[in-house]
Amino acid sequence: MGLYTYDSTDIPKTDRIPKLVEHLYAKLPEIESARAVLITESYRQTENEPMVIRRARAFAHILENIPIIIRDLELIVGSTTIAPRGCQTYPEFSYEWLEAEFDTVETRAADPFYISEQTKRELKEADAYWKGKTTSELATAYMEPETLTAMEHNMFTPGNYFYNGVGHVTVKYEEVLAIGFSGIRKKAEAQLASLSLADGDYQKKSRFLQAVIISCDAAVTYARRYAELALKEAEMCTDGARKMELLRIAQNCANVPEKGANGFYEACQSFWFVQQLLQIESSGHSISPGRFDQYMYPYYKKDLDSGRLTREFAQELMDCIWVKLNDLNKCRDAASAEGFAGYSLFQNLIAGGQNGEGIDVTNDLSFMCIQASMHVFLPQPSFSIRVWNGSPHEFLVKAAELTRTGIGLPAYYNDEVIIPSLISRGLTLQDAREYNIIGCVEPQKAGKTEGWHDAAFFNMCRPLELVFTNGMDQGVQVGPRTGDVEGMKTFEEFYHAYQVQMDYAIKLLVNADNAIDMAHAERCPLPFLSSMVDDCMKQGKTVQEGGAVYNFTGPQGFGVANMADSLYAVKKLVFEEQKATMKEFKTALMTNYGKGLSSQDIAAVTANVAYEMRAAGQDVGEAEIAAILKTVVAASESPEAKANGERLQKLIDEVPKFGNDIPEVDAFAREVAYTYTKPLQNYRNPRGGIFQAGLYPVSANVPLGAQTGATPDGRLAHMPVADGVSPSAGKDVNGPTAAANSVSRLDHYIASNGTLFNQKFHPSALSGRKGLENFVGLIRSYFDQKGSHMQFNVVSRETLLDAQKHPEQYRHLVVRVAGYSALFTTLSRSLQDDIIRRTEQGFGEEA
Amino acid sequence: MEDYKKTKGRIFDIQRYSIHDGNGIRTIVFLKGCVLRCRWCCNPESQEYAVQTMLVQGEPRIIGRDVTVAEVMETVEKDRPYYRRTNGGLTLSGGESLCQPAFATALLRAARDSGISTAMESMACAKWEVIEGALAYLDQYLMDIKHMNPDKHREYTGRSNELMLENAKKIADSHMTELSIRVPVIPGFNDTPEEIRDIAAYTGRLGNVKRLHLLPYHRLGQDKYTGLGREYLMGDVKPPSNEKMRLLLHTAQQASGIECQIGG
Repeated sequence: MGLYTYDSTDIPKTDRIPKLVEHLYAKLPEIESARAVLITESYRQTENEPMVIRRARAFAHILENIPIIIRDLELIVGSTTIAPRGCQTYPEFSYEWLEAEFDTVETRAADPFYISEQTKRELKEADAYWKGKTTSELATAYMEPETLTAMEHNMFTPGNYFYNGVGHVTVKYEEVLAIGFSGIRKKAEAQLASLSLADGDYQKKSRFLQAVIISCDAAVTYARRYAELALKEAEMCTDGARKMELLRIAQNCANVPEKGANGFYEACQSFWFVQQLLQIESSGHSISPGRFDQYMYPYYKKDLDSGRLTREFAQELMDCIWVKLNDLNKCRDAASAEGFAGYSLFQNLIAGGQNGEGIDVTNDLSFMCIQASMHVFLPQPSFSIRVWNGSPHEFLVKAAELTRTGIGLPAYYNDEVIIPSLISRGLTLQDAREYNIIGCVEPQKAGKTEGWHDAAFFNMCRPLELVFTNGMDQGVQVGPRTGDVEGMKTFEEFYHAYQVQMDYAIKLLVNADNAIDMAHAERCPLPFLSSMVDDCMKQGKTVQEGGAVYNFTGPQGFGVANMADSLYAVKKLVFEEQKATMKEFKTALMTNYGKGLSSQDIAAVTANVAYEMRAAGQDVGEAEIAAILKTVVAASESPEAKANGERLQKLIDEVPKFGNDIPEVDAFAREVAYTYTKPLQNYRNPRGGIFQAGLYPVSANVPLGAQTGATPDGRLAHMPVADGVSPSAGKDVNGPTAAANSVSRLDHYIASNGTLFNQKFHPSALSGRKGLENFVGLIRSYFDQKGSHMQFNVVSRETLLDAQKHPEQYRHLVVRVAGYSALFTTLSRSLQDDIIRRTEQGFGEEA
Repeated sequence: MEDYKKTKGRIFDIQRYSIHDGNGIRTIVFLKGCVLRCRWCCNPESQEYAVQTMLVQGEPRIIGRDVTVAEVMETVEKDRPYYRRTNGGLTLSGGESLCQPAFATALLRAARDSGISTAMESMACAKWEVIEGALAYLDQYLMDIKHMNPDKHREYTGRSNELMLENAKKIADSHMTELSIRVPVIPGFNDTPEEIRDIAAYTGRLGNVKRLHLLPYHRLGQDKYTGLGREYLMGDVKPPSNEKMRLLLHTAQQASGIECQIGG
């Protein structure tokens, strides 16, 4: 039994919501220049001041001058750009990529943005100031040459924080709601008063606290500008109802976030200003609202009990916030845009779960969060559900209804794994129980953590490629020389070589992350953010300098399934059954299983051969290179290479794969995952915290797979790498329960920065109440077996069309027709067409 | 190991994560061999007891393998966490499971003995002693009734229906299992309101029936006929429309007076 009784009845959507959404999506999002211009103006005037003060003054200068707008019909106000879904730029982190992409950003396939010629000019002018002053330039200066080499060769990609702010945090929203920025200002003043001028760290602490005070005042000034604008618009408004709304908005913005919120409506507005302004201070994404249903509940309950608020109006306000979360946007460089496709800011909002004392605290608002996602039906917030043994059944069924819509939300998280996992990283029991999720899947305690989640993508396939090339890539020694694979006599020897390559790449990954970490602390400390994270004020330093209670760095590895299948295939075929030789594997990988190489691949192999020849003391000139090139082309297209590739692929196909509920293979995969998760936890970051692994790829498994050669699991060069901890696409052929059993056999506890397990269902699998019940049962059963996270794609017509084209990728896809389940790809074309037509017609009906 | 777990039988498939044949998430074991030859049968490879070769997407595949109860249970055990959360378990299907009475009964017993719930899809076309033996270990009986008219039944399935209808009554009266009646709705065979009404009325009279299911005809088995070198007798018959199914559902509800639904 939970702490609260709750009302789970549906609340209808008001007419306002579709109109707000329509307005937001009427045109292509646009890049604006106001922030870049203003921050540059401010920086020019503060050259001789301490960095933290410069940051605060720049923040204040932006908030005093950035154009503001109230969009039609809004009840919650605060927009970072005049254009809907527009974005500002953040030259203090990096700017060169945008200038280079000025002329393509509007027409690119992934997340295009409109940019006017005037904006281009203004940005160019502002950017000129930043040459030599950005975090990315300082980070590069902190990196060792071998680290830069490894990055050039795509061993890992710390692009996120290398070129942008960090974000990935949940602040103490509840404190702003309770005491406002005037209250936080008072706390800063008190801290300041307690310092002695003669303290050794007085300068550092005092300037930080002064920066907090400047930042708090800036937030209040910004809100007051909105109060004035609302008042002005109200005066001019001829629609009586809207006039009243604008007057209320003016009143709200005059009160919050300066003071504590008086009632639910003000709490919503206060929340919004915090959420928005954090994303003006820095460009970091995954600024996550966290446990919205918990910190908003007291305001809701009090207003509801006193009759000041109806559930319907509370729902409308929440729907408005859900819409606003999609108004914020970020332009990424073209490559990153592919990795994070969908304009996503990963503002993760989570409902349900336990309180610090271990009691379930699912409440009315938890249900209303689900309702809001149904009403608004947009990608933000990234919506999550906490699941534990005490979760109300109705809550999970309601969440399953949202899953059934096909929006890909919510993601489900297992308290029973995440809480002990966080405790193992040093959180108190109470803090661990109150966790929320950052970004994609990363757990942390709100208001106390600088988790540096999402710190890099680490491609677990690349070190295995280096095992086969003796550490070489494109003629450069990128990894250690672990010996010629053909000379390896035992599987242990081969596996050890992989571990050595992994350890080396992980060490360089840590070097890269720590260099970037240092650069952020020196060049972009964030006093506004730090005013809402414990214990920054007490310690007198920003989160970037280690002011948070809990500090982590969490880079995510991906390709576990590919590496498990690859290493297992080599183990079985070469060392146990002697059906293939290392030489055959080496040839197959070098020639892409005889399927032909791209010109880039041919150049890379040629460079490797030339390098080896030089290392052996031979003289390699232009003529020799041309000869090698010719040989490589001939070899890769030879009938022998083709025959070898086909023979091996057939053998590999018969070796058992991860994802089919075979305990021996799954235990092997668990060990393989440890090659990433275990070494990583031995490293420390500059903020005094440790590294902790995640196992998830966002959507980077596709673009980063494109940078990966053929692998011994039969995967061809440049094909996608497996998604998260999920089995390789099409390799799990025993259905969803078997796949879930396999995935649950990985160690999810040690991957304390999160794991991601994706399953695909046809909507018919969730049809009717029984479908929902079974779906909830499936999640619970996976969680009983200690999986950490689960999310679902309910497949669309497009997916099914793709499955017709690429059946090998969809061998696991179950569809249900006329009360009968079948694997989609085994059906005849005409039946598949039939099902596709049915999918278009919708679902929810027993058929 | 207990002796009964060494009982051998012939199956042609085991399908995990089945959600339409009994409560919750289930594992279906398909037993080979059937007494009927229904024209619309979606598992034609189930009909012969003999091991067969069927072309599946152009590749020959051996259909049918002999296994012990213990071997089957190894796979059934794998989804125990899902059974626990959803009240799911083992479902026997076919073919007609009761064509292999010792094996079918031993499978049900093995599941029951290890705390896994049991269900069986069956026409009840067997001697009463055989059925009674299975009922001792059976939680849910999903019984087909295809038509009330013996002649039409014989014409379309190869056998008359008297024995099955008689057994249905005995099963209902036994109170040993939860009985549901499942009616495949086949255009041109039993899809008139009158025919459905007659089945539903009989179902109502049986008493002690939990639910009546109307399962719309589908042609998912069509390719298998080609794969077995057989002719698909249903030709271009289209599945019944949703409107038609809703109409028949209403008829069934009126005539049976019990809970009715479309689909499994």
